[in-house]
Order: sequence, then structure tokens, then C-alpha cells
Amino acid sequence: MFPTQQEVYEWLKDVKDPEVPVLSILDLGIVRDVQIDEAGKISIKITPTYSGCPAMDVIAMNIRLALSGRDHTGLNIEMQLSPAWTTDWMSEDAKDRLEAYGIAAPRRLAGINDLFEAEISVPCPKCHSLDTRLISQHGATACKALYQCNTCQEPFEYFKCH
Amino acid sequence: MSAPIQSLLYTLQIADTILIHAQRLGEWCGHGPILEQDIALTNTALDHLGAARSLYQYAAEQYNSLSESEKQEVFSSPALSQVRVTRDQVEEDDLAYLRDSWDFHNVLLVEQENDDWAYTIAKCFFLDVFNFYFYTALQNSTDSLLASVAEKSLKEVGYHLKWSSEWVIRLGDGTLESQLRMQQAVNDRWAFTGELFLPSETDIIALQQSYGVDLAAINPLWEAKVSQVFQMAGIKIPDNQWMQEGGKKGMHSEHLGYILAEMQYLQRAYPGMEW
Repeated sequence: MFPTQQEVYEWLKDVKDPEVPVLSILDLGIVRDVQIDEAGKISIKITPTYSGCPAMDVIAMNIRLALSGRDHTGLNIEMQLSPAWTTDWMSEDAKDRLEAYGIAAPRRLAGINDLFEAEISVPCPKCHSLDTRLISQHGATACKALYQCNTCQEPFEYFKCH
Repeated sequence: MSAPIQSLLYTLQIADTILIHAQRLGEWCGHGPILEQDIALTNTALDHLGAARSLYQYAAEQYNSLSESEKQEVFSSPALSQVRVTRDQVEEDDLAYLRDSWDFHNVLLVEQENDDWAYTIAKCFFLDVFNFYFYTALQNSTDSLLASVAEKSLKEVGYHLKWSSEWVIRLGDGTLESQLRMQQAVNDRWAFTGELFLPSETDIIALQQSYGVDLAAINPLWEAKVSQVFQMAGIKIPDNQWMQEGGKKGMHSEHLGYILAEMQYLQRAYPGMEW
């Protein structure tokens, strides 16, 4: 009995982003399509977040691992570049869980600020103060920036709008 | 050269330019003026490298579907020919690591030395403005892979352009010393900007076949953006209008040899090595 598309999506919920394990690849909008043919072969299309994101290879491997014990006749994972991934695809629920985890979420629509224009105020995920400052546009990964809260003094990462 | 060879060369003109640019930016790793900017450059390099990977994967497919005589015609790098003795199909890594300088088709601008911060900013700025308009136009390519890479890269290029524009302005509209250095860098690298818009035979055919960008159409856009930022920065457009060229044809400056020697060393010393 071959799996349905719905079942495969359920399995993919267990595949987490390796850097941000509170989010699944479905939460991030990385999974673009799931197809199962009559022979039971599964085809999954994923899209990279940033062009050079090194987590994509790990994610592809984790998809294979997640589906390895399951009932299917083969698995094909394909990279789909268009339409280009955007944080606009992240669900509100995913953003809430991201903040609960301690990373500030991308709350505005993706778009590049003007020259020398500052980012909108990013609330501290710990104390929720709006009095925070940018330390660096570049955090531990391409998708995150480094901030510090002026109220509670804690540093935190911000998942940038993209 | 045949149409399939020309399409492969078109992909490589783009991929080789951003690969060599990424490699040069990587030279700043650990040497940036402050940590923030060190990381900014390596993040930028990673963006370019990611786009390059997509393009090299495509280029490998394009190369693998050429006839044997076309394959002999397009590359003459001994290391690449040698790997094909045991393995007929090439992959992205073979193209990046086993071609010699004469088989690379990047523009000369990206080979130029990083020198000081102003020189690196000038190089990045000139390329970022170009990439912005080039990728915007490339989104309309009849080649769906090129169009999708362009769409994907354009978002990141927007950030690159903001970053380098801000630095041109900070340095130009900074202290007397920073302005002198920024102007000097612009003056010295200006002769490498022309090649971006000089159509190679490959560019001409790509445009005719509707998968390439009309460089003549984006040239004025580039000039306007550069003028706009220079005006904010108090930087003058250099008088010299003589331009360097040759990179797209595989005729490179002395720098590419050293860049490739460093980049390709491990694969050539330990063939087939993997992480």
C-alpha cells in the first residue's frame, strides 16, 4: 500500500532545520511539492533558502533518513530554484515557535531597505522590549543577524526578512 | 563553435565570474578590518558560491550532452581530459577544479587583487551594479535554469549592492584619506569595467537565441546607478575610457594562475578527494 501525499507531508514534519530544530522544513516553506507515482516512487521538490545555504545538503540527507523506513519504491529529491524562497512563506505559527525558541522572527514582508535605512524595530524574544540594537547584519548563519536587547542586555539572533 | 558549445560558454561566463569573485573575497577571511566586515565578505562570497554551484551543475549537464568532438573543442585542460578517461560524465567539481586558466571565461575585473579595503569595495560595487541589472534581465531568459538562478540570486544581489554602495559612500564621503583612497581605487579599476558590457561572440549568440541578456541595454542603467552613488560619495567618474578585455575569451591576467593554483591545489594533489 503506497503512501498518500498527505502521509508524506506528515513524515516531512519530522524533518527539522538542522540549525533551528524547532522548525520543520514544512514550517520554513522549503518543501515545494510532493508527488507519488503509480509505482510508489516519491518525488520531492525542495527549494534552498539562501543560494549557498550549507544546510540544504543535510536537509536532503535527513529527508532520505526520515523516509527510509517507510513504504515506497524509491525517492527522488530535486532542487527547485523558482519561485525564489522567501520568509513570507513562513507560517505565523512557525514564527511564534521561533520566538519561543529565542530567535526573533521575520515579521515584516520581505524587501530590501534603502541605503543606510535601519531595520524596523526587532523585539527581544526574551523580554519583548522594542529597545534593541543591531550588533551585526551577519550572525552564525547566512539567514540570521545578531542583536542585543538594551533592556535585559541579552544578545539574540534575528531571522532576517528575505 | 556550435550552438550547444555557445550555451555552455554562456553559463560559464556567469559561473566563472562569480566563482573567481567568491574565491578572491574568501582571501579576506580572518583579515577584515573589523569582524563584522570580515563576516560580511565571506557571507557574500557564500551567496556567489551557491549561485555558482547551481550554474556549474547545469554546465556539467550541458558539457556531458556535447559530442566527443565538441568536448575536445571547448576545453583543452589536461587535468579535465584525464579525469574523463576513467569517468565519462563530468560533475560540477570537475569544472571548478580541473580546468586551467585558458578554459575559464570570467571577466578580468574579478581577478584583480583585493589590495586595500577601497579597492575591494570598488571591485564589489562595479560587479554588484552589473549583477543587479544583469540578473534582472536574465530572469526573462528562454533558458529556464538561467532564469531561475537569476531570480534566486537577484534577492541576494540586492543586499550585496546595498552593502557595497553604502561603503562607497562611507569612504568617499568620509575623511580626506578615505576619499583619496576610494578615488584611487576607482581610477585604477575603472579600465576593467568595460569588459562587463563588451559582448563576446557567446553573448551575441545568446542574445540572438533569446536566452542571453542585451548588454547594450543594461549598460546605461549601470552608468546611471554608478553615477548616482558616486555623486552621493563625492567620487568622480574617471576620464580614461580605454578598457581592458580578454577574460571572456580565456585570455587572463597573471592573477588567475595564482588564484587557481590556490583554489585547485587540493583536488589536483589528491584527485577525487572528498570531505
